[in-house]
Amino acid sequence: MSVPVANLTFPEGHKLKDISFKTGLFINNQWVNGEGNKTIDTVNPTTGKTIASVAEASAKDVDIAVEAAQKAFDTVWGERVPGHERGRLLFKLADLFDQHADQLASIESLDNGKAFSFARGFDVPEAAACLRYYGGWADKDHGKVIEVNDSKLAFTRHEPIGVVGQIIPWNFPILMFAWKLGPALATGNTIVIKVAETTPLSAFYATQLIAQVLPPGVVNVVTGYGNITGAAISSHMKIEKVAFTGSTLVGRTIMKAAATSNLKTVTLELGGKSPNIIFDDADLEQAAGWATFGLFFNHGQCCCAGSRVFVQEGVYDKFLEILQAKVKAIKVGSPFTADTFQGPQTSQLQYDRIMAHVQSGKEEGAKVLMGGERHGTEGFFIQPTIFTDVKPNMRIVKEEIFGPVVVVSKFKDEDDIVAQANDTMYGLAGALFSRDISRALRVAKRIQAGTVWVNCYNQLHSQVPFGGYKQSGIGRELGEYALANYTNVKAVHVNLSSPAPL
Amino acid sequence: MASTSLSTILRVQNANISVPTGLFINGNFRKGRGKSITTIDPSLGTPVLPPGVTICGASKEDVDDAVKAARQAFQTTWGLNTPGTERSRLIHKLANLIERDQADLALLETVDSGKPISWSKADITDTVACLRYYAGWADKIVGQTLECNVKEKQGFTRHEPIGVVGAIIPWNYPMFAWKIAPALAVGCSLVFKPAENTPLSVLKIAELFNEAGFPAGVFNVVNGFGAETGSAIASHPGIDKVAFTGSTATGRAIAVAAAQSNLKKVTLELGGKSANIIFPSADLDQAVNWAALGVFENAGQSCSAGSRVLVHESIYEEFCKKIKIAAEKIKLGPTLDEETWQGPQVSETQFKRIMEHIRIGKEEDKGRVLTGGKQWGTKGYYIEPTIFVDISPKARISTEEIFGPVLVVLPFKTEEEALELANSTEYGLGSAVHSQDPSQIQRVAAKLNAGTVWINQYTFTGNNIPFGGYKTSGWGRELGSYGLENYLSVKAMHYYYGEPIEFPLKL
Repeated sequence: MSVPVANLTFPEGHKLKDISFKTGLFINNQWVNGEGNKTIDTVNPTTGKTIASVAEASAKDVDIAVEAAQKAFDTVWGERVPGHERGRLLFKLADLFDQHADQLASIESLDNGKAFSFARGFDVPEAAACLRYYGGWADKDHGKVIEVNDSKLAFTRHEPIGVVGQIIPWNFPILMFAWKLGPALATGNTIVIKVAETTPLSAFYATQLIAQVLPPGVVNVVTGYGNITGAAISSHMKIEKVAFTGSTLVGRTIMKAAATSNLKTVTLELGGKSPNIIFDDADLEQAAGWATFGLFFNHGQCCCAGSRVFVQEGVYDKFLEILQAKVKAIKVGSPFTADTFQGPQTSQLQYDRIMAHVQSGKEEGAKVLMGGERHGTEGFFIQPTIFTDVKPNMRIVKEEIFGPVVVVSKFKDEDDIVAQANDTMYGLAGALFSRDISRALRVAKRIQAGTVWVNCYNQLHSQVPFGGYKQSGIGRELGEYALANYTNVKAVHVNLSSPAPL
Repeated sequence: MASTSLSTILRVQNANISVPTGLFINGNFRKGRGKSITTIDPSLGTPVLPPGVTICGASKEDVDDAVKAARQAFQTTWGLNTPGTERSRLIHKLANLIERDQADLALLETVDSGKPISWSKADITDTVACLRYYAGWADKIVGQTLECNVKEKQGFTRHEPIGVVGAIIPWNYPMFAWKIAPALAVGCSLVFKPAENTPLSVLKIAELFNEAGFPAGVFNVVNGFGAETGSAIASHPGIDKVAFTGSTATGRAIAVAAAQSNLKKVTLELGGKSANIIFPSADLDQAVNWAALGVFENAGQSCSAGSRVLVHESIYEEFCKKIKIAAEKIKLGPTLDEETWQGPQVSETQFKRIMEHIRIGKEEDKGRVLTGGKQWGTKGYYIEPTIFVDISPKARISTEEIFGPVLVVLPFKTEEEALELANSTEYGLGSAVHSQDPSQIQRVAAKLNAGTVWINQYTFTGNNIPFGGYKTSGWGRELGSYGLENYLSVKAMHYYYGEPIEFPLKL
């Protein structure tokens, strides 16, 4: 039986008409069927209709991918290839991403529902930039020579781990793909990566580009359900490291499986309920603009979304007025309409979960200032929603919603806001708006989060690390810090002159 | 007949290579007011360019203009005004263009410097790799966040580009990007002086800066003579840092001029008289090959040339037999011939100096010539690969840098004696240990006073491995992450947010 193929058609007026590419599992630079030729359908969230099917990977398929990755590591990657050559290939791949930016972005919008203007203007170029950033690291992750005493030479080697397993989510499919590939490949590892079964298409398209650049087996791309394919990776006895981005709930499962199987190392990028703090000396217009962007960007589907906005009492009313105006101005519509800011949520499941949260907010007594209903009648669109008069124990305040729903509260002073901001099991990000830089630095220190934005939101750069405190995760991605996730440190002690003790 | 345009066409083999002849300042080629240069093809002893065509030289005023352009760029379109990722992109683009034009650049390099064509090509490959290496660093320059008294202040360091860099490079590896790459990566702008013996290839590269899209003024080329152009750079009050590679004598003068003018920062890569030490456990055939490469590569015109080989007495006779055979295998010939391994010395002046050293070796130091010792051929400045034995370690040719294809072989008895011999030099650039005994290797490597110790190897550097001298071989290190430091200034910021203080402060 032949390998599944995606035949996608884009809406009338879009710069691309249609596109076709194989959606078989990508193993050893070949596209193959999954065991039993099983497939998963992927849906266009703008219409709710199926647009393609992709091969589904069973545990056996994961085995095959791991074997391919191990062989590649032992023969054509890892320490067989010097760092500068790995870097050169990453740069080449980045160039291909740039050359195929229209294709990648169009597929991303169709499959995930994000606006094409964002996919083309942010997701794809940032993915290429990330590959380049790590391409530059590939020949620079050196060990240390450590003085102990004259009788020995002690040094460290920073070695690749080998085959790493990576599991990525559906909110920034191609960008998350690059965040994982970059550091893992730069340090010399080979990869078995499971992309989200709801948004697999941009990665499967990218496999054509990978096949032009990397030796077979270095990157293997599979997809499937978490409890089958994801579980196969996290419990695989021959994978020594798993990196997961997704919900805290699933992150727990991954970590348990890793511990139970072979104690593979684990890094996790999980959920958040990040506080966005508006002090009374903030530039309110700017703060409201950033706060709107901070939550509603990517339809609220951001692990670091500023989903709890706290406004100092004295400026609460004024701020809320400006915020409402900005949220009202959000254009909800088809991803392929030029001025769309917010497209549909990515799937029926996500839509249902968000609406359930909205419902709970209503039932628990919060006030719906704006929104709170479905937008339109087709596709998974939700109106931008603001809740006020919320209490800390409400579900909409405690739980990650992952949709276009923001809760707004008041605070008195610094001590009060630090307590409220940190009153969460999460710790991914936070922000504060103030024109008093001393206050900003003071408060930044006290927020228990891996990223603190001062007078901005959702600013990410390949050079700056990103990750969570508390239940938002383990480890850091981006920056030099990410290299450590994919490195085994070996200490070598060379005895020069010490006689044996016995 | 003087050339009125600022470029000329050079016909080499079947290529017509257009060569700019002006100074390159602020993105444009223009005339120079300094002494102009007639560059000679040392394989023939005749000018490279058509009759009457000279390369413009820079006067003090021209250097002034270049510095102004570099400063303007640094303050407006370059420096930290251009983010690291963009600097990275531009340096990559430059590397790609040099790679694209490798064939023409290699031809130019060969006729100008006398390097055989296969070596010129290899130099360009190295240059491209060096640019790519440093391009990767451009967006990874990080400072430190420093915790102090938490009630009072936060410390930060900024690693800022130092500003306008004067770079003066020699004629033995004109293509090398060792200064250009790290300086650009961190955001410095450059006033760049190639050697007067080899002015051409960098002028061609200047065109590529424009093509790559660098802002005007980031890279400026001022050809000229040391006394006029070089000293103008070393003493210029508007240059923040001078990086020099060349002789120790000139290096001293640069440092003095820097100190007397504006105390500009100085890094120096100077001469050497590096010792290649061969112990009895060494793989002798391999050691011979590395020793031959180490001294005869680039016709001996390498600052880190292994110009003294110290051989343990038990293998001395055998070593001498084998190194003589190796030296005599070296093929000299026309530089454009792919089969030629060793070309001429770069100039008549260098040729004469080396021949004089050979004469001193024979007549004053009373050494025995094992092989070579004469001019090769009748045209150009070729010298036979030459080996001296039976000579004192204190002889002039055993202690002075010759910078030619002349090797001195000295026997030793013990490890201590080898170290003593190796370290009795004012220099400290390169060295090597050939041995299969890991403890010996480590002991000896630890005690050698040199910036590079090769173990069972010689000559080959790596873009990520630092290179530089102990003692009079220089100041500072190039290559690796170490190379970046030469072009950075560290600014410490103390962010105070503590309690107000009284004055006078009660301690």
